[in-house]
Amino acid sequence: MKRLINGAALTLACATLAIFLLFPLYYAMITSLKSGAELFHVTYWPTEFDFTNYLRIWKEQQFARNILNSVIVATSVVALSLALALTAAYALGRVQFAGRRMLLYSILAISMFPQIAVLSGLFEVIRVLGLYNSLAGLIFSYMIFTLPFTVWVLTTFMRDLPVEIEEAAILDGLSPFVIVTQIFMPLMAPAMAATGLLAFIAAWNEFLFALTFTLSNEQRTVPVAIALITGASEYELPWGNIMAASVIVTLPLIALVLIFQRHLVAGLTAGAVKG
Amino acid sequence: MARVRLDNLSKRFGSTDVIRSIDLDITDGEFVVFVGPSGCGKSTLLRLIAGLEEATSGAIWIGDKDVTHVSPAKRGVSMVFQSYALYPHMDAYRNIAFGLKIPDTSEDTVDGRVRKAAEMLQIADLLHRRPRELSGGQRQRVAIARAIVRQPQVFLFDEPLSNLDAALRARTRLEIARLHDALKSTMIFVTHDQLEAMTLADRIVLLNNGRVEQAGTPTDLYRRPATRFAAEFIGSPTMNILSAKIDEGVATIASGERLAIPTQHRGEADIGVRPENIALASPEEPNALHARVLHVEDVGESRIVHAVLADGTGLTLRHADDRAPPRKGESLALRLDPHRLHLFGKDGRRIE
Repeated sequence: MKRLINGAALTLACATLAIFLLFPLYYAMITSLKSGAELFHVTYWPTEFDFTNYLRIWKEQQFARNILNSVIVATSVVALSLALALTAAYALGRVQFAGRRMLLYSILAISMFPQIAVLSGLFEVIRVLGLYNSLAGLIFSYMIFTLPFTVWVLTTFMRDLPVEIEEAAILDGLSPFVIVTQIFMPLMAPAMAATGLLAFIAAWNEFLFALTFTLSNEQRTVPVAIALITGASEYELPWGNIMAASVIVTLPLIALVLIFQRHLVAGLTAGAVKG
Repeated sequence: MARVRLDNLSKRFGSTDVIRSIDLDITDGEFVVFVGPSGCGKSTLLRLIAGLEEATSGAIWIGDKDVTHVSPAKRGVSMVFQSYALYPHMDAYRNIAFGLKIPDTSEDTVDGRVRKAAEMLQIADLLHRRPRELSGGQRQRVAIARAIVRQPQVFLFDEPLSNLDAALRARTRLEIARLHDALKSTMIFVTHDQLEAMTLADRIVLLNNGRVEQAGTPTDLYRRPATRFAAEFIGSPTMNILSAKIDEGVATIASGERLAIPTQHRGEADIGVRPENIALASPEEPNALHARVLHVEDVGESRIVHAVLADGTGLTLRHADDRAPPRKGESLALRLDPHRLHLFGKDGRRIE
């Protein structure tokens, strides 16, 4: 009896949490399937299945272009962050050198600053480098917030790998590059999947830098593009389009998390448990 | 061509001297065991030879080459680690072959060498397995095979048997001895286990506190320990030590009993006697020590008897004959074999 009550309570708690988390997405989904005046009518069940909103965002906006931009930016950020973080983790986790702790904490300190605080300074940097209104500018600026945590997580993970494996590789005559890419990288795959996914999500969702460092719609990423969706006249709020677009940008993230979920759990807990 | 020579070798970590000017000459094909208590520097010495640690001063020669500042891979050494240190994501075959992927080794030679080493260690049908699908003993064989294929001038073993269970340890020990017979290469083996040292070594190097305490054949170390430390480290159960005052060939031990001892030495000294050199005597026998039995351990082929003298000094003896063994609480008269007594001065050095 007591077990039954506990079970019921747990189920109830989970259901409440799920509803709280998923309701906004659900509401966006059912709204995106409505059209005309029906949009402003509050309902909790799907009333119609009209896909015109989805067709409109592809036709009226350059939404395909925006998605492509987001994919390019997020993928590049992940690839660059992981490549830099892996090599940095090898140095910070395995090589003894003066100022190592200092360096490690400076990297952490970078993530202390709120985006808005560095925005104007970074704007100047981006202009000087000639990266204004380009995807490269976004990739460059996103690394500011992805690198600190990728470096930290991978460094912790690298420290936990047995030293003997590296020593065996040294005796086998392998160069540091081969050791990192052929021995450590496969062993760190779960950690890299987890941090890579988090970096991807951060880059995919980023709004402030994307808004500030781009000018034309051809260079915009999805979050900015959605925010700037306009209707036919200034009196029309294209609610249906916005909802349809929101649903579309959510799907890749859900797919990624589902694909990597096993690695995600392994990667996020492994370092913590051993460390 | 694989003589190993250590020349005044020292290693310091911060302000701690781990290796203190060691000189050692290991001849080609010799099986040398570094043994000692933990923290004596035996593993560090091995790692210095491997090149995993940089020497603070002194030189290391392998063959006729000074390798003190040569990178580990170019020293012609292979190492087997206590934790096996296999690459977890590669199968046994790739683990063994991985170090051979160098430009001047052709595909066929690699394959041939891997198969031959696998044959030798009886792991030929395990080659497609990953390390986590192998038992501890099998993993250690893969690690040894990985060391063999590189055809090193010197094999280094860092406590390779410590992670194995007792039965497997004895078997692998024998296999390593046979491997040495087959390959005839120089081997250096580190262990804290004196039994492994005694059974494997051509020569034992006993280390204590970063110095060589004694180097010699297992028999040398067992029969003629150079110091009290060596006497107590080698042999199981541990050698008994009785402090005594010696005058005119008669030792008076702490319990007040007297003992004839064939020596010219006078003054204070420690008398060492191994448990197997103590026999039961008749109570009236002159020179006998009287003790009370605390506990008897039956180890099968003999009994280990733990006893105490009148003053509380512990004495361990091995009772190996067929007569009824002493029982707990019983009083015993003990005869110490006068020709198997070891005498150590107060500085710990052996007195002849």
